[in-house]
Amino acid sequence: MSDEQAEFKAKMQSYVDRGDEGIKTSWDDVNRPMIRHWAQAMGDNNPIYTDAEFAAGTRHGGLVAPPTMIQAWTMKGLDGQAPGSSTIDPMAEASELMVAAGYVAVVATNCEQRYLRYVKPGEKLHHRYRLESISDEKKTGLGTGYFMTQLLEYCTEEGEKVAEMRFTILRYKPGKREPKRPPRARPGMTRDTEFFWQGLHEQNKLLIQRCASCKTLRHPPAPMCPSCRSLEHDTVEASGRGTLYSHVTMHYPPLPAFEYPNTIALVELEEGTRLLAGLIDLSAEDLEIGMPLQLEIVRCDDELTVPMFRRAQ
Amino acid sequence: MNTQTPSNTYFDEISVGDKLPPLEIDITPTLIVSTAIASRDYQDVHHDKTRAQELGSPDIFMNILTSNGLVGRYVTDWAGPEAILLSVKIRLGAPNYPGDTMVMSGEVTGKREEQGKYIVDLAVAGKNKLGVHVSGTVEVDLLKAAS
Repeated sequence: MSDEQAEFKAKMQSYVDRGDEGIKTSWDDVNRPMIRHWAQAMGDNNPIYTDAEFAAGTRHGGLVAPPTMIQAWTMKGLDGQAPGSSTIDPMAEASELMVAAGYVAVVATNCEQRYLRYVKPGEKLHHRYRLESISDEKKTGLGTGYFMTQLLEYCTEEGEKVAEMRFTILRYKPGKREPKRPPRARPGMTRDTEFFWQGLHEQNKLLIQRCASCKTLRHPPAPMCPSCRSLEHDTVEASGRGTLYSHVTMHYPPLPAFEYPNTIALVELEEGTRLLAGLIDLSAEDLEIGMPLQLEIVRCDDELTVPMFRRAQ
Repeated sequence: MNTQTPSNTYFDEISVGDKLPPLEIDITPTLIVSTAIASRDYQDVHHDKTRAQELGSPDIFMNILTSNGLVGRYVTDWAGPEAILLSVKIRLGAPNYPGDTMVMSGEVTGKREEQGKYIVDLAVAGKNKLGVHVSGTVEVDLLKAAS
């Protein structure tokens, strides 16, 4: 641990050692609308939460709030802590320091609740809490951070304790995550075009279709020779040298597999056929019609390999 | 809502090793957002995908109050409306992201009579395709037998 880290950890620990107790009140009494909203969102059909007549006939004696909802009553919500909450807030102070140090993200990791009794609509709750512990700095799958544990006691206005909770969060510096690009769309493959894609993927070769009778080259692949109408064909491997015949820059609609702006070239191969291909390290402003280009065969994923071009040396 | 009267599980009827029926829960954005708001948890990572991604997550994810609530619901779905939850202790693992399904399972690990209560100990887990989302233990007080 560096001195700086040790100092930071000591500062954090001071919030634990001080043992300050904060109080947080609830905005509203325990109430039926919030209970119904909770039960519906959770898919919880237990009638003791929403059916007063049914609940009265059970040992609960009437409607009760879901016990696991206890934490919700004193959550601060959007407008800050409810009136009557203490200004002492060791958790907020420690968290502020953490955020300033880059530990901006939070996830809850552990929650242990014990219920002394169920609470009923009309009761007004608050909780007292203190920071129980802060761990050393830990490396986690999410990033580096500290586990912070609070102890909370939930009480009624009369001071009766109804529940307690030990709650642990991880405050961490988020690790960098490269957004994962979806794979490129698969080419529509037919008996005529199969050789082209297989040549790239399995042989690392750019193949050009050739008429077996008159030897005329053609691209894109097709079943019949446009010169002599022969249906027989074979292939030759392209040298990989070509020139820029034309280009277009694709802006819209953006396809998630590509980077934008996406400049696409029509390349004239030295063998004479032309094909469409993406460019490497070249954007539209670098391009000049007729400029020499060099093939690079790019493996996109386990199924797809495509021809691309870069500036010829 | 239920139209049938839900049935209760009684202390005398169960044995250690009994399994709770599994429960499949589809993790939809609607579930994640509606339960986060129902629990008054407005942390952006539970409703704002862009912000969740800035903080290193692939998507929004379920908040702990909901995982806790679903564990409670899972147990009382089985135990019935007369059941009284005494404690729920959970630990979170793999996050619940939209598009996943969580399958909850549970098992009776103990039963004891204590100060007039008929307490059953349960081990509960919720698994999604990434692994164990939630695991924990629950203590529930049941009626001894049908009256």
